[in-house]
Order: sequence, then C-alpha cells, then structure tokens
Amino acid sequence: MKATVLVRPKPGILDPQGKAVEDSLRHLGFKVDEARVGRLLDLVVESSDPDQARAEVERMCAELLANPLIESYEIELAETA
Amino acid sequence: MTEPAPRIAVVVFPGSNDDRDAALALEGLGAEAVLHWHAEPELPEVGAVVLPGGFSYGDYLRAGAIARFSPAMRAVAEFAADGGYVLGICNGFQVLCEASLLPGVLRANESLSFVCRDVPVRVERNDVPFLAGCEIGQRLTIPVKHGEGCYFADGELLAELEANRQVVLRYDGESPNGSLDDIAGVVNADGNVMGLMPHPEHAVESLLGSSDGAFILKALVERARERLFAEA
Repeated sequence: MKATVLVRPKPGILDPQGKAVEDSLRHLGFKVDEARVGRLLDLVVESSDPDQARAEVERMCAELLANPLIESYEIELAETA
Repeated sequence: MTEPAPRIAVVVFPGSNDDRDAALALEGLGAEAVLHWHAEPELPEVGAVVLPGGFSYGDYLRAGAIARFSPAMRAVAEFAADGGYVLGICNGFQVLCEASLLPGVLRANESLSFVCRDVPVRVERNDVPFLAGCEIGQRLTIPVKHGEGCYFADGELLAELEANRQVVLRYDGESPNGSLDDIAGVVNADGNVMGLMPHPEHAVESLLGSSDGAFILKALVERARERLFAEA
C-alpha cells in the first residue's frame, strides 16, 4: 500500500521556517494570517492490509519519522496502483 | 609519578566533523582519545564517551535522528545506564536528545541563521562531573556554530528539568539561537550524561581566543581517570 505521512509542527510550537514563509508571502502582497511548514513523506509499504499497514506506519512515526515533543502526524493510506 | 591517561572514546558518525578536534583537545588534557567508528557495536574499555559535533547523516529528517540508530549508540546507552560519563557536543547533544538519553529537543535557530561565534555561558551548578572544575555562576567563553541549537521542552518537562536542576549551562546575555530559558546545556537526572551546544574542544588554547572549554574537558578527563583507575 501507499502511505502518506504528514508531519506538522505542533500548535503553539514556534515555527521559524513558517514565520519566514509567512513574512515572504506578505512581502509579495498576499494576505496571509499564518504559514506553518511541515514535512511530507510518501511511503510504499509491503503490506496490502490497511490495518496492518497503518499499524506499521504508526510505529515508523513513533520511532523515527516524527518527534512527539514538537511534531504531530497524520497518516493517509491508498491502494498501490 | 605521572597520572595514567584514561581512555576516552570519541564516536565518529558519517558526517561528524569535530571528532578529531575533540580527540586532540582530550589528548592535550591528559587522556588517551580513541576514535570509535559508529558501526562498531562494542565500546572498548573507556572512562568516558564523547559524541562530537558535525552533521551526522547530513542532519537528514531531524538533526541526530538517524545517528541514534547507529550500532555504537546501543553500547553508549548501556555505558550511560551503568553510570558512565557521556558528553554530547552540538550534534552530539542533538543525538543524545533524539536517543532519549537527554530530555528535550534542539530545533532550528529562531533566526533561521547559522550562528558561529564566541558566546558567554553561565555555569548553573558544579556538582555534576563535567562542571566540577567550575564555580557556580562562572562565565565561560566558548564558541557555538550551529543552525539547530534552539533548545525546547514543553511546559511540564521544563518544570521537571528546573525542579531537578538539570539545566547546567545557560547563555549569559543574548541567546544565539532562541533557546528556551537561554538553555545551553543540560544533564540527565543522574548527572552522568551532559549535552551542550557550545564547543569546548574549540576553546582549549588561549591563542585561539579562549581556553575556557578546558574547564569542562579537563573535568571529564579527571572523572574518566577516577572511573578507570580508582579501584586499581
């Protein structure tokens, strides 16, 4: 299955990268209230069972892909084409 | 009689770049420094371990996040659990945080700029092995050079750290990176693992601007010597 992991800075955590993007967008004349910068990971996992794939990706997030002190994550699954 | 030179391991990750400076500084202060390749799962008999600065694994994903899975890190964790002294400098500090051997996390500097300059840091306590040669309140001038040195812990964790007096070094004056509460260095609850963003190994010769880093490394060498040779 394909798994997409969205890693975001947790709400309330200062995100200097997001702030820089926000300021740049304003500088270009866009009306932006806030910008936050996270990370997107596209994975192809071996399992074809959604529950099993999700559990596996959850473990990947906990062990490596996100730091729970500062980041939250979301997992989206899709069939491999 | 000359004192025996305690062996101290400096772990070398792919992308470490201050390993030789750390080894040289330790040798100059009376240790026998051995460079220990990260893929080696067994540590030799050592009195202390140093995780040096650099950009292990290119800082991919998050600084220190990948280095913590190196085979050597398992041995370092066991060494620390046994009361061994572990000092993480800059990237080494980031690795220790990612490995949960130290609390908190180091994030991109608030300014988003890489900072490279001498900074004053204040010693908060001297009853941990690494700071035994310092006075409380002593101001040390040691260079920093990092892009991700902004220390962060959430409110609950920070309260715990302050209650346990685990913040051992703070930037004195303006913080170079936006660190929470000007935190420059922390220890674990037992006090045998310390991480700091400033580079003591770059401050051991007054010719190069400051020798204040020697206060920290010299204390580490002495504690390593006691650990290895005390019972002998």
